[in-house]
Amino acid sequence: MKPPFSRRLVACACAATMLAVSGCATVDHRDPADPFEGFNRAMFAVNEGLDTVAIKPVAKGYDAVAPLPVKVAVGNFFGNIWDSWTAINNLLQGKGGDALSDVGRVLINSTVGIGGAFDVASEMGLTKHSEEFGQTLGKWGVPDGPYFYWPFIGPRTTRDTFGWLVDTYYDPVWRVDNVPLRNSLVAVRYTDLRASFLPADKIIEEAAFDKYSYIRDAYLQNRRSAIFDGNPPSLFTEDNYDY
Amino acid sequence: MKYLLAWLFGVFSLLGSAVALERSPDALVQQVTDDVLTIVRQDKDIQSGDTSKALRLVETKVLPYFDFQRMTALAVGRNWSKATPEQKQRLSEEFKNLLVRTYSNALTSYKDQTISYRPSNFEAADTEVVVKTEVKQPGGKPIPLNYALEKQGGEWKVYDVIVSGVSLVTNYRGSFSREVHSSGIDGLIQMLGDRNKQLASSSK
Repeated sequence: MKPPFSRRLVACACAATMLAVSGCATVDHRDPADPFEGFNRAMFAVNEGLDTVAIKPVAKGYDAVAPLPVKVAVGNFFGNIWDSWTAINNLLQGKGGDALSDVGRVLINSTVGIGGAFDVASEMGLTKHSEEFGQTLGKWGVPDGPYFYWPFIGPRTTRDTFGWLVDTYYDPVWRVDNVPLRNSLVAVRYTDLRASFLPADKIIEEAAFDKYSYIRDAYLQNRRSAIFDGNPPSLFTEDNYDY
Repeated sequence: MKYLLAWLFGVFSLLGSAVALERSPDALVQQVTDDVLTIVRQDKDIQSGDTSKALRLVETKVLPYFDFQRMTALAVGRNWSKATPEQKQRLSEEFKNLLVRTYSNALTSYKDQTISYRPSNFEAADTEVVVKTEVKQPGGKPIPLNYALEKQGGEWKVYDVIVSGVSLVTNYRGSFSREVHSSGIDGLIQMLGDRNKQLASSSK
């Protein structure tokens, strides 16, 4: 006779837990922020492969062909679209002054800056901010949750993965009705973003001993700083500071 | 008259050294940054990726203002106290070479960025400060670039460089402590040494 379903479920859960615990024990110095390191390293390898054969060559081509003013205009154009989302997120974080300044930026750059191609507002002293929903959730006290490395979008904590989903739902570029136009816009933005990271490639390649963990640790430090708007409380307690 | 000149000269040199001693940390960062970027802007070799030339520039203009012993201690973390003085010396030397290379690589990718200095508020009595700067690049958002400095006998020394909230020093903590855990302090020295040798031979 088969044991009742609930009993089997309990047995199954026990076995899974034991497997997970023994899995933990085999990996030395596991980072508590990264419990799914095996999965993440696999995804990282996938992304590195995609990047080498497709994304990076396209970004390099774009970087070589497009003159600087064009690249600047492309960056400004998508930056201007994002500024509206930044304004909303600053408002959600209770930073009314920043939100107002961001709205001013969008109004000025969309008109005087010819559809966002020129960042006139920065010249006028309206500082560019950059906020997304993940930061807003962080400000509201939502913890990071486990770290993930996703195909295409790269590193995200669990909270920032949800943040990214909300960002994408809002994203005016993804809401363009004309599908070929929408896809082209998304591709150009992605290429421009990748091209902007080209100079960092060599630096990371030479500086990192384990590229996966170097990027993970840098990402987590960067997010911490972003949520505190560049002023995170010091992590260095006497305990890990003494030497 | 001769004596007067000599006396004036003496006073000026005294004043000069006093000014150098009293130089505020933000003034120091600004001066070193301006010096280095003035050279990079005129140097076509560095702009086209000549790392060895950038290395020499960093070694002469930037190195004297960095405290590599403290940087290494920060990167190694609690294992630092387990290292012998000789190991500490060798670790610092290897880590210094690696960081100088990272810094030089960053310089070779310099294009049209400008640096702005953000107001820093610190007291005259402070011995540890963070100087905040921003790298502005056309078409992109400004990148915060901060320097942590410590006052040592009247002079300020940089012990951490923080790019977009990422400390170039503490970002090594995880991989360094893993290496010490598996192969000890000497293993870490070896790992750094191997990397430096490999980088030095590939850039020739």
